[in-house]
Amino acid sequence: MTLFFSRITAFVVGDVQADRMVPPTGFTARLTVFAAGTMAFLAVFALALSLATGRLADRWSDELARASTLRISAPMDQRAAQTAAALRVLETTPGVASARPLDEAEQRALLEPWFGPDLPVETLPIPQLIEVIEDAEGYDAEGLRLRLSAEVPGAVLDDHTRWRRPLVTAADRLRLLGWLSIGLIGATMAAMITLAAQAALAANAQVIAVLRLVGARDAYIARAFVRRFTLRALTGAAIGTVAGMVAVLLLPSAQVEAGFLTGLGFQGWHWIWPLAIPPLGALVGFAATRQAAHRTLRELS
Amino acid sequence: MIELEQVAMSYGGGELLGDISLTLSPGSFHFLTGPSGSGKTTFLKLCYGALLPTAGHIRLFDTDLRAMSRDDVALTRRRIGVVHQDVKFLDHLPVADNVALPLIVAGRDRTEEAQNLTELLSWVGLSNRADALPAELSGGERQRAALARAVIMSPEVILADEPTGNIDWEMSQRLLQLLVELNRMGKTIMIATHDMNLIRAAKTKVQARVLRISQRRLQTAGADL
Repeated sequence: MTLFFSRITAFVVGDVQADRMVPPTGFTARLTVFAAGTMAFLAVFALALSLATGRLADRWSDELARASTLRISAPMDQRAAQTAAALRVLETTPGVASARPLDEAEQRALLEPWFGPDLPVETLPIPQLIEVIEDAEGYDAEGLRLRLSAEVPGAVLDDHTRWRRPLVTAADRLRLLGWLSIGLIGATMAAMITLAAQAALAANAQVIAVLRLVGARDAYIARAFVRRFTLRALTGAAIGTVAGMVAVLLLPSAQVEAGFLTGLGFQGWHWIWPLAIPPLGALVGFAATRQAAHRTLRELS
Repeated sequence: MIELEQVAMSYGGGELLGDISLTLSPGSFHFLTGPSGSGKTTFLKLCYGALLPTAGHIRLFDTDLRAMSRDDVALTRRRIGVVHQDVKFLDHLPVADNVALPLIVAGRDRTEEAQNLTELLSWVGLSNRADALPAELSGGERQRAALARAVIMSPEVILADEPTGNIDWEMSQRLLQLLVELNRMGKTIMIATHDMNLIRAAKTKVQARVLRISQRRLQTAGADL
């Protein structure tokens, strides 16, 4: 490990003599830094998207899975009796942690957005709602439905899976797309750096031929190029990452009303994740340039 | 040092050189002549491992060229100094750095060799041009800088391809004198040239063998030169 780090340090510090062998190039250098920066900036957003949709999927499957609703639609005179019967069934159902009929105030609160605050709920034939909370194991929804249809004909069980499942699937898919984007961004960065390195190697064909003639080994020649491009990728990715993180930080936070969604951003220790982008960018630059350099050198005598 | 055994070289179907056998022994001085396009440059490239022969065997310092890795070839080139007619430098570095280039790529400490470099530059008469860029040098100065670069590692063999092709007679004489001095120090020298005057001038100073490439074969030229 120490050897590894000392080698990395030596690589970053570099060999001043070897570094002078390749003439400085302003334009391709700036292009490489720019490409690495842009890609890192985009990677920060793709990462934020992946983490946010991950949180969303977790929350939906977590919160929604544990609560379901039983609706008693019965004539007013049978409502109380059927509610009591349904509660008895629920109490004896394995997997149900608790069941509680919503009182009038709660039911009114649910209807308020649609009918206004002054609705006389008690005079309307609206169904009674029972909130069912599952325990960790969960209950068998089909079995419960069968028992309820036998004992409480007016009961309808809504376990939310019907509309929850596609949402969770969508969130999971979105998360996958986020990771795929990060992969594509990395590959694009590798392609851009390879092109830049290829151009630099072609522009310096004479330098390479001279070095080869006076007895420089391939590794020595490659290192002069690889070191430069790795440092450029690192610099660009660092700038891009910082800019991306600042942009994410400045995003307006999700409002309470949109609470079922989730803010696009990083939460808590997730802020560490984007910090991995610059070293990864440097690694991509290193591998891409190294490959390009050795491929070019193999073609020379 | 350099041995060629029944070497043949073909490009794209046509044979350029064939059935060439030669041993360069330490301290020998060879001229290589032949018409333009006869394969002098190819012959020299074979001698420093820039080309692989299509047939036969080449041994550099007792190692078969075919058995050598790219790194082996690189290390061997530190023992063979090469001077080209159209010599290439690193154009962004001053003459002193270009001459010291073989030391730098070999990872030698330049400060230890500073004395050596100064002496070498004064030997080729470029002391006052040490800080100039290669583009600012005249043809003769470039050739002398190339020679200095070729010998700074103290190689055992020096191969020169038309070293006097671009320079006037006086400068050619000076360059030849430097090569003769190197030969007296025990270096093996091979100069490819079609300049007969240069060969005649050399023969008065050193015992040189003249090889001629004619109709794809290597012949020892007679004493008529």
